[in-house]
Amino acid sequence: MSEFSVLQQKAESFYPNYGRKAELQHQTHYCPGCGHGIISKLLARAIDELGIQDRTILVNPVGCSVFGYYYFDVGNIQSAHGRAPAVATAAKRARPHSVVVSYQGDGDLAAIGTAEILHAANRGEPITVIFVNNAIYGMTGGQLAPTTPVGAKSTTTPYGRSIFNEGYPLHVCETLASLEAPVYLERVAIGNIKGILQAGKAIRRGLENQVNGLGFSLIEVLSPCPTIWKTTPQDAQKRIREELSKIYPVGVFRDLTGDRGARPAALPAPTLNELPALLELDAAHTFETPDRRPTQAVDWRIKVAGFGGQGVLMLGEVLAEAGLAAGLDVSWLPSYGPEMRSGTSNCHVRLATHAIDSPLISRPNVLLALNEPSLRKFVHTVEPGGWVLYNADTLPPDCRRDDVNFVTDSFTKIADGIGDTRVGNIVMLGALMEAAHLVGDEQVDAALAHTVKSARWLEFDRKALVAGKLAARRIVQGVVQ
Amino acid sequence: MEGTHMATQIKPDRGMVEVNQEECKGCGLCVDVCTPKALQLSTGLNRYGYHPAEYAGHGCNGCGLCFYACPEPGAITVYKRTLAEPVAA
Repeated sequence: MSEFSVLQQKAESFYPNYGRKAELQHQTHYCPGCGHGIISKLLARAIDELGIQDRTILVNPVGCSVFGYYYFDVGNIQSAHGRAPAVATAAKRARPHSVVVSYQGDGDLAAIGTAEILHAANRGEPITVIFVNNAIYGMTGGQLAPTTPVGAKSTTTPYGRSIFNEGYPLHVCETLASLEAPVYLERVAIGNIKGILQAGKAIRRGLENQVNGLGFSLIEVLSPCPTIWKTTPQDAQKRIREELSKIYPVGVFRDLTGDRGARPAALPAPTLNELPALLELDAAHTFETPDRRPTQAVDWRIKVAGFGGQGVLMLGEVLAEAGLAAGLDVSWLPSYGPEMRSGTSNCHVRLATHAIDSPLISRPNVLLALNEPSLRKFVHTVEPGGWVLYNADTLPPDCRRDDVNFVTDSFTKIADGIGDTRVGNIVMLGALMEAAHLVGDEQVDAALAHTVKSARWLEFDRKALVAGKLAARRIVQGVVQ
Repeated sequence: MEGTHMATQIKPDRGMVEVNQEECKGCGLCVDVCTPKALQLSTGLNRYGYHPAEYAGHGCNGCGLCFYACPEPGAITVYKRTLAEPVAA
C-alpha cells in the first residue's frame, strides 16, 4: 500500500456519517444509480476545491433534493417547496460573504417554485442554483412534472402527456435566458462519464461566479431517476443521452462572466447598537428586555368586534400595547375580509404570562361588542366566567347568559358627550379596565400615548378612558365573579 | 491482495481501487465506466442485499472515472502509484 497515494476519495464537505437511521448512517437515501448522488458529489468536490466549505450555505427545499443537509457539512437551511431561491436571496443578502447554493429538483423549481426562480433570476441575485431535472416527480412516486416529455406516461398522465391537457415541457434555461440579469446559465446531462465531468466543470463554474461576486448562475443537470423511470441505472443514463438531451439540448445559454463586473454586495445589516438611532429612539435605549411578567398567571383572550370605523382595530392595538407595557406576551390579529366592507370587523388580542401558541381566538374570555350583530355573532363563544361589554343600554333577550359578566352601556353616547363619537371605543376600554382589571391604569395610559400620535386626540382619549371607568362603576350586571 | 499477482506482471498497475462494500448499492455504473475492466459486481450480497462492486485485484490504470460515475459519496476510493517501480518487483 505504501507505494499508492489517494487520487480520489470522499469529499471533505461531506459528513463522515449522516445523521439518519442508525443502521444506514454510512450511505445516502438515494436509490442505486440516482443522479442526485453524482451531482452531490460534484458539488462537494467543487466546494472542496474552492476552499469554501466554511462559508457555504446550502438551501434544501422539498423532494429528494431535501436530503442535502444530511450529507453536506456546510450551513444548511431547509425551505418550503419551491421557495429555495427566495430563502437563498435572504441568506445571501444577510450574509454577502457566504456562498449560497439553492439545490432544487424540477417538481420544486419548475412547478410550485416557478415564481421564485423567475424573480430571483430576474433580480440577478448573486446565488448559485443547481437545478436537478429528472422530468418527473420522483420522491412522491412519479407524477407529471412540467418538464415531463410529451407522450410520457406518469401516474397523473396514465395515457401519456398531452399538449392539450398538460402543455409542453418547460425549458427552464431557455426561459431564464430571455431575462437580462442572469450571468451564467448552462445545461448539462449526466448520461455518461463525459457528461458527468462536464457537469462537474459547470457546477464549479457556478460556484466560482459567486465567489467572484458576479450575479445569478444556474446549472441545469439532466439527471436519471432509475426507480421512478422503472429502468436500470444503465438504461436510465441511456434515456438521458437519447431522449432527454434531444428535448433539452445541453450547452451554455448565457455566459456574461467576462462582461459583467462584480455586483455590489448588499449593505451589511446594522448592528444592534446602531438600531436606536435608525428608529429615532433615545441613544441610551436598550433592547434587552428584563422579564417583567406578573407572577400571577393570566391568559386574556379578547375579541373586539364592531363595524368598520368604530375603532375596532385601534382598540385592539391599545390593548396589545398595554399588555406589552405590563410585561405580558401579546398578539394582535386583525381579521380582515369582506366584512371590512359594511359588515362586522373584528380583531383578536391575546395577553398572557406565557408564550402565545396561537393568536387566533375562538373561545374568548373577553368580548367587546361595539354593536348588536357583533354581540349576536360572538356572545355564545365566550367562556363561562368571562366578560362581555356591549355598546347599548339593554341586552337583546336572546343574547342573555347567566354564566358570564355583562357590562352594557351606550359607550358611544358617552363619547358624544365628551365631544367626539369616535372615542366610543376608548370609553369601552375604560369600562373594561374598571370591570376586569386586565392591566394597570398607567400601562393603559402609556399604550394610548404610544398609539395616539396627535396631542388633541390623546386628550380626548384620556377623557374617554375616565368616563368609561365611571360608567362601569355604575353598571355591573349579571353574575359577578 | 497485492503482492501475489505483482510478481507475475510485467508492468505494474498505475492505480488501485477500493470499494466500500457496505456503502455500495450495486448500480454497476462504475463497472460500465471502467475501460480496463478492473471492476466487477460481486456474486455475493452485502448486508443490504445488493451485489456490491469489487476491484478485480489488478488492472486499474488510476483514471479515477469510476469515482465520478459512482452516486455514493464515499463508496469508491481511487489510488495512484507514487513510485515508478513497485517495491517488491
